[in-house]
Amino acid sequence: MQFPILSVIVLTPIIAGMLILLIPSDRKSEVRVLALGAAIIALMLSGWVYFNYDISVGGYQFLERYNWLPELGISYFVGVDGMNAPLVLLTGIVMFTGVLISWGIDDRPREFFAFLFILASGVFGVFVAQDLFMLFFFYEIAVFPMYLLISIWGWIKTREYAAMKLTLYLFIGSVISLVGGLAMYFKSGLNTFDMIQLSQANFSESFQIFWFPFVFFGFAVLGGIFPFHNWSPDGHVAAPTAVSMFHAGVLMKLGAFAALRVGIMLLPVGAEYWRWLILVLALINIVYGAFIAMVQTDFKYVIGFSSVSHMGLVMFGFATLNKEGLTGSGMQMFSHGVMTALFFAVVGMVYDRAHTREIGELGGFSKKMPWVAVAFIIGGLVSMGMPGLSGFTAEFPIFMGVWQVQPIFAIIASISIVITASYIIRIIGRVFFGPMSEEFDHHVGDVTTLDKLALVVLCVIMITIGVFPSIMSGLVSSGVDRILRLFGGA
Amino acid sequence: MDFVTNNILTLILFTPTLVALFLLFLPSGEKKLLRWTALLGSLIPFGFTLILWFSFNKNIPGFQFEDQSLWYEAIGSSFHLGVDGLSLTMVLLTTLLTPIALLASFSINERVKPYMILFLLLETGMLGVFLSLDLLVFFVFWEIGLVPMYFLINQWGSEKGEHEIWGGRKVSARTYASFKFIIYTMAGSLGLLLAIQMIGVSFGTFDLTQLFKLFPTATQLDNIPFNLSLETVKAIAFWAFVIAFAIKVPVWPFHTWLPDAHTEAPTAGSMILAGVLLKLGAYGFLRLVLPLYPQEAHQYAGALAFLAVMGIIFGALAAYGQDDFKRLVAYSSVNHMGFVVLGIAAAAYAVGSEDAILALNGAVLQMFNHGLSAAGMFFLVGVLYERAHTRNLNEYGGLFTLIPIYGGILIFTSMASLGLPGLNGFISEFLVVRGSWPIFSMATALSMIGLFFTGAYILKGIKKVLHGPTNEIWIGNIKEINFRELIVISPLIVLMLWIGIWPAWILDVINSAMKMLFG
Repeated sequence: MQFPILSVIVLTPIIAGMLILLIPSDRKSEVRVLALGAAIIALMLSGWVYFNYDISVGGYQFLERYNWLPELGISYFVGVDGMNAPLVLLTGIVMFTGVLISWGIDDRPREFFAFLFILASGVFGVFVAQDLFMLFFFYEIAVFPMYLLISIWGWIKTREYAAMKLTLYLFIGSVISLVGGLAMYFKSGLNTFDMIQLSQANFSESFQIFWFPFVFFGFAVLGGIFPFHNWSPDGHVAAPTAVSMFHAGVLMKLGAFAALRVGIMLLPVGAEYWRWLILVLALINIVYGAFIAMVQTDFKYVIGFSSVSHMGLVMFGFATLNKEGLTGSGMQMFSHGVMTALFFAVVGMVYDRAHTREIGELGGFSKKMPWVAVAFIIGGLVSMGMPGLSGFTAEFPIFMGVWQVQPIFAIIASISIVITASYIIRIIGRVFFGPMSEEFDHHVGDVTTLDKLALVVLCVIMITIGVFPSIMSGLVSSGVDRILRLFGGA
Repeated sequence: MDFVTNNILTLILFTPTLVALFLLFLPSGEKKLLRWTALLGSLIPFGFTLILWFSFNKNIPGFQFEDQSLWYEAIGSSFHLGVDGLSLTMVLLTTLLTPIALLASFSINERVKPYMILFLLLETGMLGVFLSLDLLVFFVFWEIGLVPMYFLINQWGSEKGEHEIWGGRKVSARTYASFKFIIYTMAGSLGLLLAIQMIGVSFGTFDLTQLFKLFPTATQLDNIPFNLSLETVKAIAFWAFVIAFAIKVPVWPFHTWLPDAHTEAPTAGSMILAGVLLKLGAYGFLRLVLPLYPQEAHQYAGALAFLAVMGIIFGALAAYGQDDFKRLVAYSSVNHMGFVVLGIAAAAYAVGSEDAILALNGAVLQMFNHGLSAAGMFFLVGVLYERAHTRNLNEYGGLFTLIPIYGGILIFTSMASLGLPGLNGFISEFLVVRGSWPIFSMATALSMIGLFFTGAYILKGIKKVLHGPTNEIWIGNIKEINFRELIVISPLIVLMLWIGIWPAWILDVINSAMKMLFG
């Protein structure tokens, strides 16, 4: 039997979380070291999976299967293909950098890391699950700790409101999806939750058309699709830094990925029927999200709404149902995850020192923390789709995919590029350059070495993908080919 | 040596980036070390370019030293480099001006390290545009160049001046100028981006050597919205390309970002901006627009010629009206680049004719010449500004007696810019006028009005700075041009004179390239 690497990846965070809870609460440094150790293990293993996935063989690899409730057809079944391998790696990266920049958390770090790691396990679980029941199981594990993390460690002014709003939105979404999932389970008559078998169930056209919106939009709520995106900026803003990174960086991809994995891949006919609606909603996400981001005065809200805009591009690519569009979406999920993790890390670093996020009050931070300024500039360029960075290599194929479906949509969506550029440049100018107020000049200092390490890791990844897109696109398109086969294409 | 000749384009393209990465690890306090490393590092690509220049065979049609490797397989884009006579000339200009501009920036004292790094990255961006033979890679480098230039203007630009924006809020002039520069150019490139996507979707490749054959003769394009006809779509795509490039050149009326950006940029930034960045737009016309859209270019050549003439006349008039020395030079770029566009428009109208080839020769040589003279002019303005801390022409006066060497150099460079026979500007402007006269007689005749005012604003500049009664505040307060500054300007002077007297060494290369491309 081969080494059960995926299970180890899924279980490492949660076991580490349990161990952390066993450490006495006054020994904070042991907690941090243990957390970092677990994060490094998860990162290395997910990197190993990413680089050892064999594209020439394709399909699901590193499969593991154990019966769990055979009478109901539920099994613990995990595996990766080209679509989710990058997302597993992304989770490893965000977990690692999230621990690095949370080093300074002083308020009950033990519980904080424990909850964060339970969340991480859930996320890993969703990405690798091949069993519908397991997917829901991990999905709820990922969503629930969010409530506690935000309401306990969040921004004091809005944390209760935001935590409640976020949790309710996501639970309602997942319940709606669950109904759809159960409908598939019963309709198929296969008595299994195995998604690979369900995808061959040949659901009737009317069944698919009826249930697709339940499944897709239920998950897409977590992906931030318009008009269900409302929870996300509030949630991002209220969450503590590492949680925002996780939240925007990974959790939103969780929704998008589940919508793809369960919605589009199990109900392809439904996807073709509803694609126009998805295209329109995603277009609204992209353009409207960018406009809203432009008028925000709170640094963190700008980033929050920019995530709404960028996640719209992921959905946009999904709805093209062609090779370029889906490949772009896969790349965009990874690229946006890294980029937005960087953004929230930067916002957190600025806020920790300035205790305000009003863009008008900030200024001149590049003098005090040059590394952070450079990192934000690189992230900003990724965000505005500057060629040579990962954002471009992800967005360009999406636009090409959309162009094949309906050029007008691509033309309208391209407006968002200029809007994004204008608000990113405005923030760079106002927050990092310009005059610094007297008050900050005295007490603002540079960030720690660990913070810098986290920023460097994220920046290097974005530049690498931008300069050598083939290290990811080959993998992603091998996954996309398998999706397209469901649609009868190659 | 084999390694060098086999990979020479890649080496030229990425040496600046490598030097920039190396600078990253040097201590930021060691200003001298940083400056010299950057300067010497930027001489390496220049050396490679000289090797390239001498081993380039101008009689072989098509591209030479081609280098192709996989880049983005999933969408059919490859990293494809190659040179012909046109791009070779531009590469020479870029690698020549970068060390000169870096030497000119030795007077920068603040944050030397990021400055030098950005400058070298900018060089890679510009070279990439000239060298790439893949539409997507072309676009990548096209956009990359914007970022370092934005920060150079935004961070090292002139510190004085405010600009009122809507809402009555005031921002510093360099913030305004840099923002205008980047947003203007990015918005202009959107159409280009979309047109590139359309081409990529329709042909499944971005490789220019293939697209040159496929695109002009295409009988159908995929996914045309609203059942538009093929002609309409191609015309729209043509204008998308043209607008993106016209903004960069800049063609009237898309030039409004230029006076702000040039005026606020640091001296070396203006030198590169005028010397090379403007050429990117003209190069785009020659490399992409004419070969990809021969019919549309022929159809709309008249409009382009009209805009070019407007640029020539209004550029000159606007330059004459300035009191700010740097702004005067900035508007002169609009005026001079107008001749480049005029030549291109004439050639687009009468493809293949003898006159068209002449006009194109003139246009390309004018690109090179304007690169030399505009860089020289901006440098001289910068030299004066560093001493006098004003750019207002009315505050100078009679400086010739105080700084005669500077005065002589300024007059020489101004004359090259004016187009005095015997200096480089004359050759190229004459070729453009000679080539486009039989094709667009009326437009060419009108452009002579612009040429007249060119003389007027150049003389105005010389008169206000050097002649007239000496403004007494400068007596004893202004220093003569120093040795480093002489080193900066001397290669430009030598080349201006050399091309003016014996242009054959460069015209041969340009001429054979134009004949093969458009003959």
